[in-house]
Amino acid sequence: MAEPVKTVTLTVDGKSVTVPPGTTVLQACEQADSPVPFYCYHPGLSIAGNCRICLVEIEKAPKLQIACYTQAAEGMVVRTASDNVLQGRQDVLEFLLVNHPLDCPVCDQAGECWLQDYYMAYGLYNQKFDEQKVKKSAKAVSIGPTVMLDMERCILCSRCVRFCDEITKTGELGIFNRGDHSELGIHPGKPLDNPYAGNVVDVCPVGALTDKDFRFKCRVWYLGSTSSVCPGCSKGCNIEIHDNRERGQRPHIAQGRRIMRLKPRYNPDVNQWWMCDEGRYGYKFIDENRLTQVQLRDGSGYRAGSWDEALGLLTQTLRRLKDAQQLDRAGVVLSTHLTNEDLYVAKRVFGGFGIRSLAVQPARQGSQDDFLRRADKSPNTRGAQAMGLSFDVKAVLERAARKELSLLWVFGGDLVELAGEAQAKTIADSVDLLVFQGSNVNRTCQLAHMILPSAVYAEKDGTFTNEAGRVQRIRQAVQPLGEAKPEWRVLLDVADRTGFLWEFRDAQGVFGSLASHEAAFKGLSYDVLGDQGAMLPQKGSDPSGKGSDPNR
Amino acid sequence: MATLSDQLLHRIREAHRRRTLSWWERIYLPAIAQGLWVTSVHFWRNLFLHLAHRVGLFRRIPAAVTVQYPDEQRPTAPRLRTRHRLMQREDGTPRCVGCMLCETVCPAKCIYIVPGEHPDPSVEKYARSFDLDLGKCVYCGYCVEVCPEDAIRMDTQRHDIAAFSRDGMWLDIIELLHPGSRKHTDPPKKFIQLELEDFRRLKQSG
Ligand code: SF4
Ligand code: SF4
Ligand code: SF4
Ligand code: SF4
Repeated sequence: MAEPVKTVTLTVDGKSVTVPPGTTVLQACEQADSPVPFYCYHPGLSIAGNCRICLVEIEKAPKLQIACYTQAAEGMVVRTASDNVLQGRQDVLEFLLVNHPLDCPVCDQAGECWLQDYYMAYGLYNQKFDEQKVKKSAKAVSIGPTVMLDMERCILCSRCVRFCDEITKTGELGIFNRGDHSELGIHPGKPLDNPYAGNVVDVCPVGALTDKDFRFKCRVWYLGSTSSVCPGCSKGCNIEIHDNRERGQRPHIAQGRRIMRLKPRYNPDVNQWWMCDEGRYGYKFIDENRLTQVQLRDGSGYRAGSWDEALGLLTQTLRRLKDAQQLDRAGVVLSTHLTNEDLYVAKRVFGGFGIRSLAVQPARQGSQDDFLRRADKSPNTRGAQAMGLSFDVKAVLERAARKELSLLWVFGGDLVELAGEAQAKTIADSVDLLVFQGSNVNRTCQLAHMILPSAVYAEKDGTFTNEAGRVQRIRQAVQPLGEAKPEWRVLLDVADRTGFLWEFRDAQGVFGSLASHEAAFKGLSYDVLGDQGAMLPQKGSDPSGKGSDPNR
Repeated sequence: MATLSDQLLHRIREAHRRRTLSWWERIYLPAIAQGLWVTSVHFWRNLFLHLAHRVGLFRRIPAAVTVQYPDEQRPTAPRLRTRHRLMQREDGTPRCVGCMLCETVCPAKCIYIVPGEHPDPSVEKYARSFDLDLGKCVYCGYCVEVCPEDAIRMDTQRHDIAAFSRDGMWLDIIELLHPGSRKHTDPPKKFIQLELEDFRRLKQSG
């Protein structure tokens, strides 16, 4: 028999809340909408209880108690905003800032610093401390390939230490010495170098740990934020894309690059609070080496073309093949970096033509571990599988090399990597029209007869399906560069010109149609996906879609 | 008691209410005569004084409201601050730490800073490039006010901020650190990024 669910009811600031046993007072306060401030507490780490800023008053307790380590008990009466509590908080803050330098102007954390925030919210005291500050040794020292440490700014909350001990279990960081000589640091000769090191910068509530990649690049108050999903591997970690939203007026920042950094976004079912460094620093391709123009082969070089011209040429070719009943002479290579929407429109449009030589290029394999990183380094293999697309690219390419294709349309992937230099050349010579549609320059660009620029994931709306079958939304953070367009949009334009009529004009519409045509996606919509995504419905579940549980 | 916003609202309504004209004002012609009178007094007075100035008389009474700049300069408030300069450390490197607070606060968005890593960890950050477009500046002085390092200041009583082109109004970091070092015919070195060594050399070469 299942045990009866016990609950605890307590009063927080006059509001009664009911929580499961084992809940801390801090969590209960949050539930009661009376949040208390904290530094060392992190929902993803063990409780240290050393920063002391989460003080609350609990009736019948002689002194103020820390909310993060005290368990809620039946009938407890908690006050989070009494005079005693406010005074306590102020004093704790003053202690934390006793040895703190006046570094905010040069500190990268300024603007998103918890010391600044709490000082403005709970501090505002007149400094009573007029002794000499204890200077710490480490200032702006590198403690690993990605992270800089400033010991003076550290409040010794030990979040970063606990992250390395509990999450990555690598234990690079430690707190050395005692009293006000305590210092955070690394063990001699053992730099902070693990695949998740960047997360310590996120957990550090102050500017003690800063990210070398982001350092001095941009002030945080210039940043805009867009929810998205990391395209770095099939895990599909939830992220926020931070772009320089003032770039119109401040083009000098980071040489005009648009994306400044990525930060993990909380999703309890995928990545919790974390992301790997490969994904974190894998945003550079968004602003580097981009294809921004339609280009057409002209002798041995290329000339700039227009979308109109390119689409005209493509529709002409497709029509000619259709009229000559030669549609089996067209081949398409898709990519697992495309969104579900792109893949679906490709499947419908090319399928509508009757093109059967269509395959998805398998993803690049890379390093993996049992935490977040997956060997499949593409975000949407599962989506392509769920749509029943073939992965037999070899067959398509072999047909091309045997001169059985006159049109080969390659999306994103690199033919040279796929087939080898020699065969890629043969293929380019044997087909009449080799189309490359992608976002970044690669070796296929030198072979293709037509280059179509496409938008990267940060420039379009859509969804990816991660390895577990969770469909998650990506959102447009910035406009496509130059003439680039999302792949599905281009395919719809081709379809339009060849006389198909489509009922949707945005990614949401495409997804709606996808959900109603593809059994695997039944019942899903952007509303159902929300911010945290939803699982693909299981086979044989309620076909009305009610079986898909958005909370899974 | 009326709140402050009520009082404000009341005042705005008052100000917007049209005053009813008196009978004298409504017949209109006297107002025209009055206007003509004011204009003519100025006209004849200026005519007379200009002629008198020509023959060397009444020189101390100005002839018109117009100030004959630059021969004649109006006294301004002693607090007036205009052209910007960047302060230097002893060795000629900028005192600015590239915090970008002035860039952020500037209502005209005419300050452009690219910070770099300073080898001395107690300084940590410095401005590799610092550009200020005086053609856009509204001389509000917020940048001076906000600077935590007292690194940017505005010079007192300078009126001669003029150029023959928009580019001439652009101050690059060299011109900001060493005002007047650029000839007015030379184009500014927009967004030029300097190393600490360059700053020291600039100071030595004067
Ligand atoms: S950690 Fe916060 S309070 Fe300290 S210098 Fe940096 S921004 Fe300022
Ligand atoms: S470096 Fe940051 S996270 Fe680590 S103990 Fe210091 S303040 Fe806490
Ligand atoms: S004076 Fe005002 S407008 Fe001019 S640079 Fe400074 S902040 Fe900007
Ligand atoms: S506010 Fe002062 S220190 Fe900060 S960037 Fe401007 S001039 Fe430099």
